[in-house]
Amino acid sequence: MENTIMKQATKKRLLGNTFKYLLLGILAFIVIFPFALGIWTSFLPSMDIAKGTLWGGGQLTLHNYVTAFTQTKILRYLLNSLVIATLVTLAHLFFCSLGAYAFVFLDFKYRDFFFYVVLGTMMLPFEAEVIPNFATVKMLGLLNHYSVMVIPFLTSAFGIFMLRQTFKQIPRDLKEAADVDGLSHWQFYWKVVMPYSKISLCTLAAYSFLGAWNQYLWPMLTTFSDHLRPVQDGLRQLQSEETFNDWGMVQASAAIVVVPTLIVLYIGQHYFKSGLNEGSVK
Amino acid sequence: MGIELKGITKTYDHSDKPVLSEVNAEVQDGELFVIVGPSGCGKSTLLRMVAGIIPISDGILKINGQVMNNVPPKDRNLSMVFQSYALYPFLSVADNVAFGLKARKMAAAEITQRVDDALKMVNLTQYRDRKPRELSGGQRQRVALARAIASDSKICLMDEPLSNLDAQLRVRMRSEIRELQRKLGLTLIYVTHDQTEAMTMADHVMVLHDQHVQQIDSPLGIYNHPANHFVAQFFGTPQINLLTATTSGQTATTKLIVDEFLQVELDAPIATGTYTVGIRPNQLGLKPVNGNEGNATVINVEALGDQTIIEAVMDNDVEIRIVKDGQVHIDLDQRVAVTALGPAFVFDENEALIAEQGGVKDDRIVAVN
Repeated sequence: MENTIMKQATKKRLLGNTFKYLLLGILAFIVIFPFALGIWTSFLPSMDIAKGTLWGGGQLTLHNYVTAFTQTKILRYLLNSLVIATLVTLAHLFFCSLGAYAFVFLDFKYRDFFFYVVLGTMMLPFEAEVIPNFATVKMLGLLNHYSVMVIPFLTSAFGIFMLRQTFKQIPRDLKEAADVDGLSHWQFYWKVVMPYSKISLCTLAAYSFLGAWNQYLWPMLTTFSDHLRPVQDGLRQLQSEETFNDWGMVQASAAIVVVPTLIVLYIGQHYFKSGLNEGSVK
Repeated sequence: MGIELKGITKTYDHSDKPVLSEVNAEVQDGELFVIVGPSGCGKSTLLRMVAGIIPISDGILKINGQVMNNVPPKDRNLSMVFQSYALYPFLSVADNVAFGLKARKMAAAEITQRVDDALKMVNLTQYRDRKPRELSGGQRQRVALARAIASDSKICLMDEPLSNLDAQLRVRMRSEIRELQRKLGLTLIYVTHDQTEAMTMADHVMVLHDQHVQQIDSPLGIYNHPANHFVAQFFGTPQINLLTATTSGQTATTKLIVDEFLQVELDAPIATGTYTVGIRPNQLGLKPVNGNEGNATVINVEALGDQTIIEAVMDNDVEIRIVKDGQVHIDLDQRVAVTALGPAFVFDENEALIAEQGGVKDDRIVAVN
């Protein structure tokens, strides 16, 4: 008798947990299923895919991947995207952190006003900027060149916003301690602010890399040669250009293209450990 | 030489009321100078002005005879320990200590030497490779101290360095800081809101309140001769009793009367009028009486073992605190007669000290700690 209330509570918790995991399981299935299906079909012969016999029957084969690597320019596309995404990521880390530093640690007139102007640019959808940007790069003579896919994306309002929030978390005392130690702004930025904000910088890096990797519209408009094409446009190219629709191969290429993003996410989440900055103050 | 403050005033841009006005003080070489006051009195602001982190609005700051007003912090050649410790979370203990030295471009061999010495001095040698998050609060505090020790500057500023520690650790660190300061011959300016820290550590104490310096003196000087109400109430636990008293008769007299039982006999006559008399809790006598006699009723008794704190309410509704040595057995609601044993302070209507009764007696210090 004395356990009645406890037993009821245990039962309730069990029921609650079952329901929770059931719901999570369903959601996970909805999200993961298309990906799993894509990977699965990339191992099937194109004939099977065309016939619609996805399950059973056909043999799993790496043939699609071999074809993708040998018959298409996917390696070139990967290299292009890697170069572009790396440059954009590095530029974001550098320029956004500098901008955010100024908004947090420097005192200047209209500081908040300028920050809101920067924020305001986030209101403009990229599609609205395409035409003026295109005119600009055309005037600069950058069309059909790597730089056209890098230069317009050297900084990001979102990155500045995010890092500003992070830098604001840095205890005021650390800045004062650095002042007493005689650190210049540049030294403080490099030796304290950057290492202190490692987690956010990694997050921003992952975000920027993925953003650049998944660029589609802008490279399509500004590049015309196959050897400059990044992966997303490359995929589109494969799909439309291949003489017979080799769906297995296209699927395999898509899988290859996704792999680097998965690596970035994996490395990224490894750094998303919390508590890295614990122990600085108090 | 030391540090000299002349008419230091701080007014922030957005307000016209100063947060500190006309602070004058002289800190001697090698002394531990405590700035004490309630929160918001501007003590941290004053310290940051000495450090050079906050610009001085008005007045002159001299360090070793040189005017330092617009000199950047690093050229003032001082070290600072923050309330929050301000450790770099991504650096090991040793690197934290070495950080400031590297920033000052000291030779590598000397940095190693200094870091080793400093860590040894605070007993952290075995933790040198740990990150701050792997240390306890007390150990983090020591790292912050080691940073100040490793620096070659002879002036150290500390901003409430012990307020995040538990009570026991605080008592220990208090004496450790004091020892280090003596051993290294540091000129230490120490900011705290804790009067016990001020009493136990300081060579000289500056009491700040209401944007103004209330008093600068040695700890016992402040305890024995508080300049005004505020200082009298701020120092000593339990708090001093402040009672309204009047003179008797029409001429200057030595007798101040609170009521029939509680009267103070002064050394020198005082003009007729109404005054405030301050009497430390251990300078009040208390005797249980029958029925409705006496002048107060006991409302609370705190037995601490070696002493007993008795709170009583006087018939004029003023609460008083009395400290008795040893263990005193007395019932709640007991009527008592409260009398003055001797030493007392007399304050005028401006709350300033104008007269004292009784000389400095060692046993008054018992109330501290």
